[in-house]
Amino acid sequence: MLNNIYNIFFIPEIFLACSSFVCLLFGLFLKKNAFRQTSNLAVFVLLLTILLVYYDSESNFANYKSLFSHSSFINFFKILALLGSIASIIISKDYFLGVKLKNFEIPILFLFSTLGMMLMIASNNLMSMYLAIELQSLSLYVAAAIKRDSISSAESGVKYFILGALSSGILLYGFSLIYGFTGSMNFDDISLYLSKYDNLNLGLIFGLVFVMVGLAFKVSAVPFHMWTPDVYEGAPNSITGFFAIVPKIAAVALIYRFCLVPFENFYLEWSQIILFLSIASMFLGAIAAIAQSNIKRLLAYSSIGHIGYILIALVAANDDGIKAASIYMFSYMIMNVAIFAILLSLKVKNEYLINISDLKGLSKSNPIVSLSISIIMLSMAGIPPFIGFFGKFYVFIAAIEQELYVLSVLGVLASVISAFYYLRIIKIMYFDESKSEGIINFHISFQSKIILSLSLFLIICFIFYPSLLINISASLTI
Amino acid sequence: MIDWPLVSVIIFLPLIGALIILFIKEDELTSINIKWAALLATLGTFILSLILWLQFDYSNPSYQYEEKFRWFDDFNFFYHVGVDGISLFMILLSTFLTPLCILASWNNIKKRVKEYMLSFLFLETVMIGMFASIDILLFYIFFEAVLIPMYLIIGIWGGNRRIYASFKFFLYTLLGSVLMLIAIIVMYRNTSSMSIEFLQGNYFSYNTQLFLWLAFFASFAVKIPMWPFHTWLPDAHVEAPTAGSVILAGVLLKMGGYGFIRFSLGMLPEATEFFIPLIMTLSIVAIVYTSLVALAQTDIKKLIAYSSVAHMGIVTIGIFLVNQQGLEGAMMQMISHGLVSAALFLCVGVIYDRMHTREIEFYGGLVQRMPLYATVFMIFMLGSVGLPGTSGFVGEFLVIVGAFKFSSYVVIGAAFGIILSAVYMLYLYKRIIFGTITNNKLADILDINTREKIILIPLAISVILLGLFPNLFLDPMRLSLELIITNYEIANAK
Repeated sequence: MLNNIYNIFFIPEIFLACSSFVCLLFGLFLKKNAFRQTSNLAVFVLLLTILLVYYDSESNFANYKSLFSHSSFINFFKILALLGSIASIIISKDYFLGVKLKNFEIPILFLFSTLGMMLMIASNNLMSMYLAIELQSLSLYVAAAIKRDSISSAESGVKYFILGALSSGILLYGFSLIYGFTGSMNFDDISLYLSKYDNLNLGLIFGLVFVMVGLAFKVSAVPFHMWTPDVYEGAPNSITGFFAIVPKIAAVALIYRFCLVPFENFYLEWSQIILFLSIASMFLGAIAAIAQSNIKRLLAYSSIGHIGYILIALVAANDDGIKAASIYMFSYMIMNVAIFAILLSLKVKNEYLINISDLKGLSKSNPIVSLSISIIMLSMAGIPPFIGFFGKFYVFIAAIEQELYVLSVLGVLASVISAFYYLRIIKIMYFDESKSEGIINFHISFQSKIILSLSLFLIICFIFYPSLLINISASLTI
Repeated sequence: MIDWPLVSVIIFLPLIGALIILFIKEDELTSINIKWAALLATLGTFILSLILWLQFDYSNPSYQYEEKFRWFDDFNFFYHVGVDGISLFMILLSTFLTPLCILASWNNIKKRVKEYMLSFLFLETVMIGMFASIDILLFYIFFEAVLIPMYLIIGIWGGNRRIYASFKFFLYTLLGSVLMLIAIIVMYRNTSSMSIEFLQGNYFSYNTQLFLWLAFFASFAVKIPMWPFHTWLPDAHVEAPTAGSVILAGVLLKMGGYGFIRFSLGMLPEATEFFIPLIMTLSIVAIVYTSLVALAQTDIKKLIAYSSVAHMGIVTIGIFLVNQQGLEGAMMQMISHGLVSAALFLCVGVIYDRMHTREIEFYGGLVQRMPLYATVFMIFMLGSVGLPGTSGFVGEFLVIVGAFKFSSYVVIGAAFGIILSAVYMLYLYKRIIFGTITNNKLADILDINTREKIILIPLAISVILLGLFPNLFLDPMRLSLELIITNYEIANAK
């Protein structure tokens, strides 16, 4: 393999980077339908990348000077991120055309951001990790502000950028401290160096805290979540969909790897931080979402709550925790893909749906759609027999394996609170009488319909054959 | 014995019916097809569940008709279902009441018939599945899935305060059951097994048992419901449509009692011994307090709802006496209450359909216009009071006999509650049935029609059957209950 220089193009990241440039040129030279064609090409490229990731099990190129690492956990999350990206490009295509946002750069931005995420997940070095984070964030800043003539979109872009830059700064400062006190950038070397010591010195603790803050910002864990609702609200719906589905996957994988690889022996130090982030996220996500009237803000708080549960599994820090994280992340992605596929096809009086109260009467005009939304909501609330329940179930198994009883009880209590606002959506669709019927239109393209049906199928039918996913996630090593 | 998966067929037949209904287009003409499809599916389930009873081996205390498949590869979770003496009648109760519910909603559910029937069929599947599960995870999934259709039934087809009631019902019961989830995982971690059969061998240390017991208690005490966790029940009952109340009172409350027998008694005997005084106190308070509250109600449904809490108090006393009479009495009381309270709610539904009010003040002298109605209502009323010859008597009598072995204070409390139940039921009956018609609106009220007869007469027959031939029901469950008592005594003798 090494002898053949052409094989370098079959490394998924390099392939994706090169193809992104090809897509860029392709879009540039197209006269008509540039957006649509580029989107299709982007989806095709991502599909190929998934194949490459799947078959690229032993590639040494990927570990270039041990900047990147290689494991089943990384591959799983890479594939998850790629799938999320594909789904969000497909479901948002019609929306972009609908709001006349036809810049062909959008799918390209998604591609670059996905590339950044793949590098993020795989990074094994502080420097490559930072660069990967910046690559994905920069693309996302631009994407948030892509609707240039809309104040809210520009605002959300700028907000995201400023806060993101701040967090990157903090992250970088933490890196410099860690580098300064260990003398290495490489995760494995740091781990080796630290294994000689029983406890961290003050500088390293500071470095660790700074990095944790930066990463907490990226996964939007409380108290570093402030940007999430605003950015979700301001950005165009389809960009919000992308934000909700994909970057979370990469950030979660990164925070897992950062805690469990270089600092695996200093569980007590980082677990306190994660424990707090987890409890705060679950409760704030649950309580703050109750008062929301905007569906995008509600989903933002819901995603904050979900992050809280995933962090429980990180606090557990055992094999079951890794399994739980991958199952939870999978279910999170599927549920968000499904709900955004619906939101991006629902129009109220020719405007895309924003207010939750506009869902009134949907159960009469569109029984199938409202049934689907209800199932997704119940699944997000973690009610069996849907997939969301199994995500939470595995998280709690991991937590109890580590004897985190208090954390588990707090977790289930938060899930009861959060059930309230998920139920509220069902209530608005089914229980409230609506006088104005027929103002809601549901137009969905064939491709999004396939994505939606597939994700609904997974949400409902996971219970019948759970082993398919569970066997994969049980075999993951970090 | 039967060599085909009878239990699974019974569990999933309603779901198959639901899938068929999903593809029937709903409009004015076809909604009758939906109703028939639902009725046939539930009737088929009922007939199959009768086979379960006929083929039941009375001499076998453990599970019968077992089916076991691997479900999760990484943990010992199985799709494991079966029936023993305890779950047999719970399943029969579910399958018996659901077709009656479909019939009871035949004419008075006019909007969204399709969703309504789907909810009921889904509800039946999860109810039966819950009683038939031998794997705790499976049990838990069915236990919580019950919330979904019930939430919709109360919320969509309920009364004026339906939204408040449905949220209260959902969140209250969810809070209880998520704590049970934690307990289940702790159990699994300690034993690496999720089999109810296996876990009934006392594997937990004393302190673990106490915590597990409290977690299960949170779930079942809300479900059954015990005072002071009962406040969701009157709201849910009053706002739910008639058929919703029937299922709620008839089956869902029994899930709590069933859970107490299976989990608290079966798996956590030492903790149960420790907490018996608590349960007895709460039960007696529940019986006396809710009976007095029932006396003061002006809404018929609310009165019956409070009487349910009182009757369930007798059930919890019976269960936690942990002797043969007490447990048999509790089981009989649960079956009897399932039939009687369901029938009472159906009776209320009959006059509610005609007059659209449940105020006691509104009615009076119904016997003049509705003699047949007055007769069946009387049977159920007496069943609720516990008159000898009706089903209510057997359960209450056995519980009191059992309670004498435990403490005479408990007997006094329980007996006081029984007297009070006679007071409020007879007083209710007097006010709405006897006398002359004072309200002009009642002047041309019609007696029960054929459909209502088909619903009420089987219930009346079974109430009397249960009262006259209790052994028909006690024999199959006797050995299973004995097994639980023996395990309990062995564990506590150590």
